[in-house]
Amino acid sequence: MSTTSGFRPIRVLVTKIGLDGHDRGSRIVAAYLRDAGMEVIYTPPWQTVAGVVKLATEEDVEVIGISSLATDHLIVPKMMTALRAAGLDHVRVIVGGIVPDEEKTALIEAGVSNVFGPGAARDEIVACVTSLGQDARHARINEFLEANP
Amino acid sequence: MTHTAIQLPLPGFEQAQGEWRADYSKQMAGEQPVRNRSGIEVQPLYSPRDWSSERYLDDLGFPGQFPYTRGVYPSMHRGRTWTQRQLIGLGTPADYNKRVLRIIDAGANAISLLPCCSGFRGIDCDEVDPELLGTCGTVVNTTDHMDDALAGVPLGKISTAMNDPSPFTLLAFTLGVARRRGVDWSQVTGTSNQSDYISHFIANHQFYRLSLPGSRRMLLDHIEFCRRHVPNWNPVSVVGQHMQQAGATPAETMGFTLSTAIQYAEDCIARGMDIDDVLRRFTFFFDISISFFEEVAKFRAGRRIWARIARDRLGAKDPACWRFKFHGQTSGVDLTQQQPLNNIARVSVQAMAGILSGLQSLHTDAYDEAIACPSEETARVAVATQNILREEARLCDVIDPLGGSYYVERLTDQMEAEIEAVIAKIDAAGGMYKAAEAGLVQTMIGDSALAFQEQVESGDRKIIGVNCYQVDQDLTVPPAERPDPDAMNRHVERFKAFKQERSQEAVARALDALARAANSKDENVFEKVVDATEAGVTHGEIVSSLRRELGFGHPLIVA
Repeated sequence: MSTTSGFRPIRVLVTKIGLDGHDRGSRIVAAYLRDAGMEVIYTPPWQTVAGVVKLATEEDVEVIGISSLATDHLIVPKMMTALRAAGLDHVRVIVGGIVPDEEKTALIEAGVSNVFGPGAARDEIVACVTSLGQDARHARINEFLEANP
Repeated sequence: MTHTAIQLPLPGFEQAQGEWRADYSKQMAGEQPVRNRSGIEVQPLYSPRDWSSERYLDDLGFPGQFPYTRGVYPSMHRGRTWTQRQLIGLGTPADYNKRVLRIIDAGANAISLLPCCSGFRGIDCDEVDPELLGTCGTVVNTTDHMDDALAGVPLGKISTAMNDPSPFTLLAFTLGVARRRGVDWSQVTGTSNQSDYISHFIANHQFYRLSLPGSRRMLLDHIEFCRRHVPNWNPVSVVGQHMQQAGATPAETMGFTLSTAIQYAEDCIARGMDIDDVLRRFTFFFDISISFFEEVAKFRAGRRIWARIARDRLGAKDPACWRFKFHGQTSGVDLTQQQPLNNIARVSVQAMAGILSGLQSLHTDAYDEAIACPSEETARVAVATQNILREEARLCDVIDPLGGSYYVERLTDQMEAEIEAVIAKIDAAGGMYKAAEAGLVQTMIGDSALAFQEQVESGDRKIIGVNCYQVDQDLTVPPAERPDPDAMNRHVERFKAFKQERSQEAVARALDALARAANSKDENVFEKVVDATEAGVTHGEIVSSLRRELGFGHPLIVA
């Protein structure tokens, strides 16, 4: 890890997995995060779980934002498992969109950091991603230090 | 077309108006200009100087008369009220069937079918994460599935709208069912909703399946096939809804939609089709936002512009081709998760705008639409809203009741000018197909979406419960109706067994014919789609084959 990486802008992958293609929300959140100075990797909808893991690895992101307007959040737990299997434990995941309360619990239990509903404020989203990005970075440094005592 | 108001001799008018203006300014010193969503500055008052009835026959006419500003039929809602067409689709075909029969028992004369999102992606149920199957629509992959979905539904007597993008397998399945039941195809009525591939490429990537040139070919083959074999079917529904939902202003939306219709009509003419035969079956589908007067003006102006385009630009001679018939859906974009019951008030206003604009068919959103697939109870409230507006508020008593309002007529003229400017811009870019291919439309919509969002954030545009009048409440999202996993599993297993048992030889032959047609210049590909479904070829297999032959559909997304 280079010495300047701590000052690198937070890198976020904003994407949609599964079957739904409604992307007004994900495009607006991508613009929010970019305006806040983050580096946003934005993909079209319908990414596969494996594809997201690959992209997160290659792009070295700290945070993944999954937009789910319909029911695609139902496969986010599968994605969390795949991220861990790929050694991306430090990457933080947020979900934005319409998630029934009782299904939200399952996402949090699967390791999702936060779920934003419709009407979530820009500041709230930016603050959360900033803080998660920093967490991810610290987690990664700690992992590195533990592995290289 | 905008005009300078004709100066009528009205003794004392100027003096009275001047006095009012002075009094108004005294009370309203420093007032900022007020603009609608399309950016038109709205005045505090309109008067006979803003619109004059001298232009009545040119610009308005009577209902059922050119240019149809006041309505496309002579008796409008007095003669026949709009069709109440609520969108439904969930779970297995049997689940759908139960719900659709209840709707028909309740008196519906029109139904719709929303297929599972996996269908929109072009994949069959045996290739999908089982968690997602049937959560947003009904899983229909074969003619047998459609037969189950429409069990007991009197095909030929009930109009059926299908959310059926290119290559239109749902219509193919329906025609197969009609043949099994001995219903002549000429009796089959309904609409291929989501046949407007340009709107999908631009703004609703959900439905985009084939390459742009491939989609163009499919739509023309579909139109030609329907004109020959299913004459009472509407093969084209030009969709403004997607663009307005994605953020286009109402004026931009109408401009893009009419430009799209021009593109399809000109493509049909280039194919050698008779424009008078084709255009009568064009229908339109729009979002109705809560910007009440702006929506009314949007639809009135749209009718007028389309009549002139159809007659003068496209050369259609039959008045049936000049009529701008549209389905409206109250806009989910205006609904909020906060204080969800407020959405009933919003939907009422949106529905009023649509009804007073003279729509032909209406879907009212359920108040939980911003947060869930509507439950039966909330769907009932949505239908009741339409009934209340018709029976209690009696909005059907008078045709075009807002016509003649100085404001509405002036705004209709102004919206017309805005819409025509959009059409001119698209024309300058070489037409809608080229403008979409180049990303011009996507960029315009993206800019408008962000500008609107910024107005909401700055508080310039108020949304009750979101940026003003908030109340302290936990934002809850109620449990969603999910299909029974066991029933869905059985459905998938039966599908797998069906694929094993069918004549593989017939399937191979049909797929071969489909590929050959796609690569030929003159064969009708949709005809081969219909043949393939009869041979037991599935939806996913047809889409895969056509993606190979005609190219995969990657929408151009401008973020």
